[in-house]
Amino acid sequence: MDNSVSPQSSLVSVKNLSFSRGNKKIFDDISLEFERGKITAIMGPSGTGKTTLLKLIGGQLFPEKGIINVDGNNVHRLRRSELYNLRKRMGMLFQSGALLTDMNVFDNVAFPLREHTHLPESMIRTLVLMKLQAVGLRGARKLMPNELSGGMARRIALARAIALDPMMIMYDEPFTGQDPISKGALVHLIKSLNTILGLTSIVVSHDVHETAAIADYIYVISEGKIVGQGSPKEIQQSKSDWVQQFMTGAADGPAHFHYPAKDYIDDLLSTGKRY
Amino acid sequence: MQHTRTQDTLVGLFIASGIVGLFFLAMQVSNLGSFTGHDGYTITARFENSGGLKVKSPVSSAGVKIGRVSAISFDTTTYQSVVQMNIDAQYNTLPEDTTASVFTAGLLGEQYVNLEAGGSDELLKDGGNIEITQSAIILEKAIGQFLFKSASEKK
Amino acid sequence: MIEFLQHLGENTRTSFTKLGRGTFFLLQTLSGILSVLTRPRLLLKQMYSVGVLSFLIITISGLFVGMVLGLQGYYILSDFGAEETLGVMVAASLVRELGPVVAALLFAGRAGSALTAEIGLMKATEQLSGMEMMAVDPIKRIITPRFLAGFLSMPLLAALFSAVGIIGGQMVGSGLLGVDEGAYWAQMQTKLDFQDDIINGVIKSIVFGFVASWIALFEGYDAIPTSEGVSRATTRTVVNSAFSILGLDFILTALMFGDN
Repeated sequence: MDNSVSPQSSLVSVKNLSFSRGNKKIFDDISLEFERGKITAIMGPSGTGKTTLLKLIGGQLFPEKGIINVDGNNVHRLRRSELYNLRKRMGMLFQSGALLTDMNVFDNVAFPLREHTHLPESMIRTLVLMKLQAVGLRGARKLMPNELSGGMARRIALARAIALDPMMIMYDEPFTGQDPISKGALVHLIKSLNTILGLTSIVVSHDVHETAAIADYIYVISEGKIVGQGSPKEIQQSKSDWVQQFMTGAADGPAHFHYPAKDYIDDLLSTGKRY
Repeated sequence: MQHTRTQDTLVGLFIASGIVGLFFLAMQVSNLGSFTGHDGYTITARFENSGGLKVKSPVSSAGVKIGRVSAISFDTTTYQSVVQMNIDAQYNTLPEDTTASVFTAGLLGEQYVNLEAGGSDELLKDGGNIEITQSAIILEKAIGQFLFKSASEKK
Repeated sequence: MIEFLQHLGENTRTSFTKLGRGTFFLLQTLSGILSVLTRPRLLLKQMYSVGVLSFLIITISGLFVGMVLGLQGYYILSDFGAEETLGVMVAASLVRELGPVVAALLFAGRAGSALTAEIGLMKATEQLSGMEMMAVDPIKRIITPRFLAGFLSMPLLAALFSAVGIIGGQMVGSGLLGVDEGAYWAQMQTKLDFQDDIINGVIKSIVFGFVASWIALFEGYDAIPTSEGVSRATTRTVVNSAFSILGLDFILTALMFGDN
């Protein structure tokens, strides 16, 4: 791939992004860069709005402040048709797979092709079988989504996401709730698709080991701020207590085990209250 | 693709049966089957009192329905009720001296116009007038007259 | 007291906001009609799940409603010696009111709730969102075909309901109770007007189909994407559709049969 020739090295750049839901600030003035042809991971505890970030990049949500550029386009300034054209070049793998439940595997993978191209059915078949082969599920083409295991559903969804040969894929928690074997399969797939197809990948996850194994660069986010960034090695050797706690999975640390409450002894002794 | 074919057939059957239902309502249930709106000619009759006659009330002759009332208006100079009737085209041999009267079908039934053919050789044409008319019988009036008459006979 | 007023104000505002969102949703849905018409297969599939699958409940209910009308009508009319007009009574009540209204209520319960649940679950499982990310407009692709199918099926279902009901009334009336069959049909034909009764009934059912489909789809699309949210939305579909259908029926009846 000739990504090195490209004038700017980052495909997606997020500048000074702020976003809040209700009174809760989800992102507070953060900036991130996602380099072309690389796997960039965003890590952080559950509920830090990692999925929200992907939806912001995909133009499904609007930021309060800040600019998101994808391949030189300001996502939130595009007209609707331009945004849709841009989305054809962005793949997204949802946590649940988001397969259409009333179609079988084959039709699900064929869906974007049928919606966006006027290819003859024979060519669609070839393309779909190629994509299914890439994720190792060519034999499952006749199954319905409710007959698939979680890991298979995600692999089918991945085949669908690459159906239109996008320039990038966003993975939303690809490893959550998977057994070790399908985790391994997904790690392998993300890595190999990235190198073979020359994709730019954004992986949102809180699975430390799997993500560290494939990412080229990692951002660690907590409470709307970037608390650490760098290559997996740099992150693992980070001096920040918070990052250390997250990477090692310690129960207590900068992120407290206890939900904020008043003094334990006082609480037990104050009788006469219901709660 | 067997599945979609059955689906197509069922949808086809559904739409067809719905249309049959609509057609049934139109032809079998409503008056559309028996009455063809503009295929006929119009005649006018003036009544002293047209009673409870309404637009679309039937017009019949010798007990057979031959048309419908198409308009009722009030003449402000003669103070009469002007009743326009649309008569089916097939009944185009009504004589000029036909009599029109407003009758009631049964004691509680609706009112209709009864045409009684005369003996003239001249026929009624489109836009023609019926000269001889008999008004609706108003029940209260009839009873009043009857009482008045029997009272005066007793004296 | 002030708290109560605040609560009331808040609720009123929420419902206006929802009405606004619903209207915007409807406009987006309608704007997709042309693109659906170029792909009739999408529409056909929905006609199947909305129309064909409601066929049985509509015809069976219609038959029973007609039979009950025949029975009840006979007992009342025979007191006046007017059994002959049974056909008029059955047909007029079905064609003017019960056909459009009961068919629409059944439609809301059978097809409407299913639509809400389907759309709500698609939202909860990120299918709608996923479609958007595949650059496919879920309103045009998912909502509009369903809307059109509901809107087109409703008058057909209502006509079927009335037709089957009239036949049911005749079965009871002349089969069981001895009303003259000829009188049953003849009285009906003289009294019922094509324009005033049949067409107005069809107009009613078109309006009800429009409203019931709109409510069902919007509640699904607007549902909170959790299992609880979807089940609540399904309930709201049935309740709101019933209210709207009955309220609109009053308004339409007043407009259509008012001057007579």
